[in-house]
Amino acid sequence: MSSDIASRVERKLDIRTKKKLDGAGQFWLVFRYFALTILFVIAALPIYIMVINSVKGITGVTQSAAFIPPTSLDFSAWGPTWEILREPMFRTLFFVVQSSIISAIIGAINGFVFAKWRFRGSTFVFTTFLFGMFIPYQAIMIPLTKFNQWAGIGNTIYVLVFAHVIYGIPICTLIFRNYYAAIPNELIEAARVDGAGMVRIFRTIFLPLSIPGFVVVLIWQFTSAWNDFLFAIFLTGGSPKLSVATTALNFITGSGNQVYYGNNMTASLIVSIPTLLVYLFLGRYFLRGLLSGSLKG
Amino acid sequence: MKVKKNRVHSPWGGFFFVLPSIIAMAVFVYGMIGFTLRESLQNRTNSYTEDVKYVGFINYVELWQDPEFTHALSNLLKFTAVFMIGCLLSGLIMSLLLEKGIKGEGFFRSTYLYPMAISFIAMGTSWRWLMDSARDADATGLNYLLQKVGLGALQSDWYTSEAGSMFAMSLPAIWQMSGYVMALFLAGFRGIPDDLREAARVDGASEFKISRHILFPQLSPTFLTVLIILGHISMKVFDLIFGIATKSYVTKVLAIYMWQVIFDFQNYAKGAAIAIVILLMIAVAVIPYLIYVNKTEEANK
Repeated sequence: MSSDIASRVERKLDIRTKKKLDGAGQFWLVFRYFALTILFVIAALPIYIMVINSVKGITGVTQSAAFIPPTSLDFSAWGPTWEILREPMFRTLFFVVQSSIISAIIGAINGFVFAKWRFRGSTFVFTTFLFGMFIPYQAIMIPLTKFNQWAGIGNTIYVLVFAHVIYGIPICTLIFRNYYAAIPNELIEAARVDGAGMVRIFRTIFLPLSIPGFVVVLIWQFTSAWNDFLFAIFLTGGSPKLSVATTALNFITGSGNQVYYGNNMTASLIVSIPTLLVYLFLGRYFLRGLLSGSLKG
Repeated sequence: MKVKKNRVHSPWGGFFFVLPSIIAMAVFVYGMIGFTLRESLQNRTNSYTEDVKYVGFINYVELWQDPEFTHALSNLLKFTAVFMIGCLLSGLIMSLLLEKGIKGEGFFRSTYLYPMAISFIAMGTSWRWLMDSARDADATGLNYLLQKVGLGALQSDWYTSEAGSMFAMSLPAIWQMSGYVMALFLAGFRGIPDDLREAARVDGASEFKISRHILFPQLSPTFLTVLIILGHISMKVFDLIFGIATKSYVTKVLAIYMWQVIFDFQNYAKGAAIAIVILLMIAVAVIPYLIYVNKTEEANK
């Protein structure tokens, strides 16, 4: 179902626009491009600012020239910024990869059950899961911190793996459920006739068909965990030896350093590069995640 | 015996598959909400409190009398109103511009959506600079740009003045989320069967009438979804504001205040009460919505 929604959005030019346009039609077409271009400029402005000012050196960002690209490239802000960010970035990569993979596996299992192997009360259980997607994490933060201390992971990076896996269960389950719902029931019936049980049906029929679903969920979890700031700042308590991409960046750009814009923009860009690359190359899966994570399209 | 069991749709197999997740949700979502609720009814107002006991709703009453809390709450409501209306309008405009298909659609769609892929702690740097409050000769960012295009009179304090702070703060939020709204509306528009429009067109209905009487009524489920998504994101808004203005008083919302109460003042009881207030504001909208979604799904089975 979800892939239906995504393919609808991705639908190419349809026949209606291909017929010859009269005067009014041409006017509207020009108007549409004009409006779309203005929106494009607005959407691109913040990242444009970030990119051009990151190549002007640490102090080279002057107020009047900030909107104008530099005449020569100066990467001197990159080296020192990367030095500070390297360790937090690798730490983030370390926990994000783990939490995304675990989340995707759990999501696939749950999604399969809620889509194809329902039990009595499964709709209710699924709804209670979904509520977990909407809760403000502030409402669980105090006990979660206590739990982490009690469980002995309080001062390790595993607090973040744990948090993203647990609180990622609702969205990953939802995405996989929508994904599996599109697989015809006849496949299951046929396998049943051959005497296959639930685990075998899941493993031999559903898992091999799941690669796009896994890509969607992995990208979703990767992006949201990489960009997460709330869990990071609450659960690592600002400890430098547990700093991750967003908290390290916040430390660099925080209130005391707001004048070093060249530096700050570079740091912000470096931290955004991994998720931007994922978006650039796998954007269509990102869109799918957004749409199938929204209950009804 | 065994063969027979396999043939019937074994009802409990699925249950055992999801049991670990059920336990996790029960403990870490519902149990921990219960724990926070309990904390909000107790007297642990600093980290030295030893004699922890129930004090009823005192913490909530005190919140209501705390001007900083009411200020944060009214900020949040202002932000929510501007953010939701702004996102709905811009998302709808984007989707209407793209809806019929246009060359380069994929390119425009991707640029409108990329802000969702970037952390707000990173984007906050750009936005803080864009919304710099210095004016005239000292101006940078948007104020500088406004002067250059002859709109110097529109220079603003942006998020630094009490009057306009939440309006200014919704700009980056709208910038980030309208692409998402666009995608949802596009999916909604394109889910409407083409023959419905064709039929109306054959009957001589104008494009405007088709939108008004056919497209928009069909969009109401999408509309509801968009409202719920924007609403709950808005109630929880944290890193977007933190990334631009940290704990500044004029832009303080409930999530920021809660963080401050916990980390700077170690007032766990009060922090828990604020968290429960945020939760309740979300729950009154989301629970009926989930019940509605549940019902329509049952009906479609």
